[in-house]
Amino acid sequence: MSKQPVLEATGIVAGYSPDLPILHGINLHVDEGEIVTIIGPNGAGKSTFVKAIAGLVTVSAGNILFNRSDITHINSHQLAKSGVGFVPQTGNVFTTLTIHENLVLGGVTLPAKKANQRIEEIYQMYPVLRERQFEKAAVLSGGQRQILAVARALLTAPKLMLLDEPTAGLSPMAATELFNVVRNLVADGASVLMVEQNARAALRISDRGYVFAEGQNRAQGTAAGLLEDNDIKQIFLGVRKKPDDNSENN
Amino acid sequence: MVLQHIADGVLSGAVVALGAIGLSFTMKILRFANFSHSELLTWGAYFGLVFLGFTTAFGEFFGGNIGPFSFGWPLLAALVLSAVATSVLALVLHALVFEKLGRGAGHMTMVFASFGIALLLRHLVVLIWGPNPIYYSNELQFAILLPGNVRVLPDQVFLLGLTIVLVVCLHLFMKHSRTGIAMRGVSENPDLAGLSGVNVNNVVRWVWVIGASLAAVAGVLYGLTVQLRPELGFGLILPLFAAAILGGAGSLYGAVIGGLVVGLSENLSVMIIPTSYKPAVPFLLILIILYFRPDGLFGERR
Repeated sequence: MSKQPVLEATGIVAGYSPDLPILHGINLHVDEGEIVTIIGPNGAGKSTFVKAIAGLVTVSAGNILFNRSDITHINSHQLAKSGVGFVPQTGNVFTTLTIHENLVLGGVTLPAKKANQRIEEIYQMYPVLRERQFEKAAVLSGGQRQILAVARALLTAPKLMLLDEPTAGLSPMAATELFNVVRNLVADGASVLMVEQNARAALRISDRGYVFAEGQNRAQGTAAGLLEDNDIKQIFLGVRKKPDDNSENN
Repeated sequence: MVLQHIADGVLSGAVVALGAIGLSFTMKILRFANFSHSELLTWGAYFGLVFLGFTTAFGEFFGGNIGPFSFGWPLLAALVLSAVATSVLALVLHALVFEKLGRGAGHMTMVFASFGIALLLRHLVVLIWGPNPIYYSNELQFAILLPGNVRVLPDQVFLLGLTIVLVVCLHLFMKHSRTGIAMRGVSENPDLAGLSGVNVNNVVRWVWVIGASLAAVAGVLYGLTVQLRPELGFGLILPLFAAAILGGAGSLYGAVIGGLVVGLSENLSVMIIPTSYKPAVPFLLILIILYFRPDGLFGERR
């Protein structure tokens, strides 16, 4: 039985100014229980695309369906309520609020009792957050901030999680921990659409991938297929052919 | 003599603090300097006068004056109704002007719009209630003598007590309620707050309601301890801005401390400079703060 699409984006044209689109007709879909990664060079429009889904960038053409409902021009707070979580690349925690208050804001669309129950569940999943719940988020390390940001987005148990470069600036150990968190999201029934500069590591935990360049789809396929594709490897994954043989190094 | 000036400074600082809280929140969350905020104090005071007329009609039901104060329950009821009416006025201004301009206009456009609204509101007061001073009550009050030969009126003690109660309530609201936490979240990062599910437009409306309610209370208390006149708010505009800037935009405690510092410095300054220069003191404070600490005492460093 084929999986149902959770997210379908068709012909997306979007940008920070209507006269200057960054995305030129992007098509993408994410199925139930999938991890999908978008890779591509800087300026390809990867982050702009997830921001367009989240309602932070104006979509001037095309449409975005989430669970078959049109969310193309929905407000960001309505998007969160409808079951889409978004963790931005930067500024993804409220540094002036405590860790607990950050989580309270994540559950603001839920009834108070349900939100408290979810916060307790989050504390069980991430004990470090419970230990430091009364500290300001500003004191957390980069990895801990990402975990708090993901945890806050998880409060409403979203069906789709959008992650914009979640491992940017993290140590290799923190990045590995973060990818484990992403795997657990899918194990708990969510789908994930992720933008990553750490393309190989992200594709290794993904089901499928898209390659963007200059605001357009350049390639797509299974993550394993993209990892093996020689052109993709050379252009986007930093793998160079040795001049004297056909073997590859990392 | 010094103690008397300190007492007067604390009392006038309390009114400034109440007005500055709303201004400070507006500066931080709506991200513009709202010059019409001080007119909400004027309108709050005059709304209080209107509602006092209604509630006094039920004077027998409410009873006479409370203890040593110059007012009874009718004024307290009028105070609450005035806060509601001023909030409605602020929400109407927001919906008709600031919300529409905020969608595309720059900060300077918002500031000049607030100037225009301030002028409009002030002259409407003159048109409706006339230019002459009005008093809530013509009763004479006797000052209470405190240790140190400090004299204060019972109404002034009420003003200070109510200010403290309101600040404590607002602190608890901001710290423990979901709306209060959402307000703090929106003030730091509105986009992230929206992505977390916070309805930013509703939070903005809450900011107007809280700011306008406190302005109304400040206006009524000022009218109670001084007098009502159309320039009531205009005369407080510099102290309000000085307090908000001194405390740091968006900081509740900053606005309170700022208000007290402004009140104290104004009243203590008359010991060394002529009284006619007193209105310049807040302006001097603004200059000093902006030079040494542009984000204020409790503001976040940019």
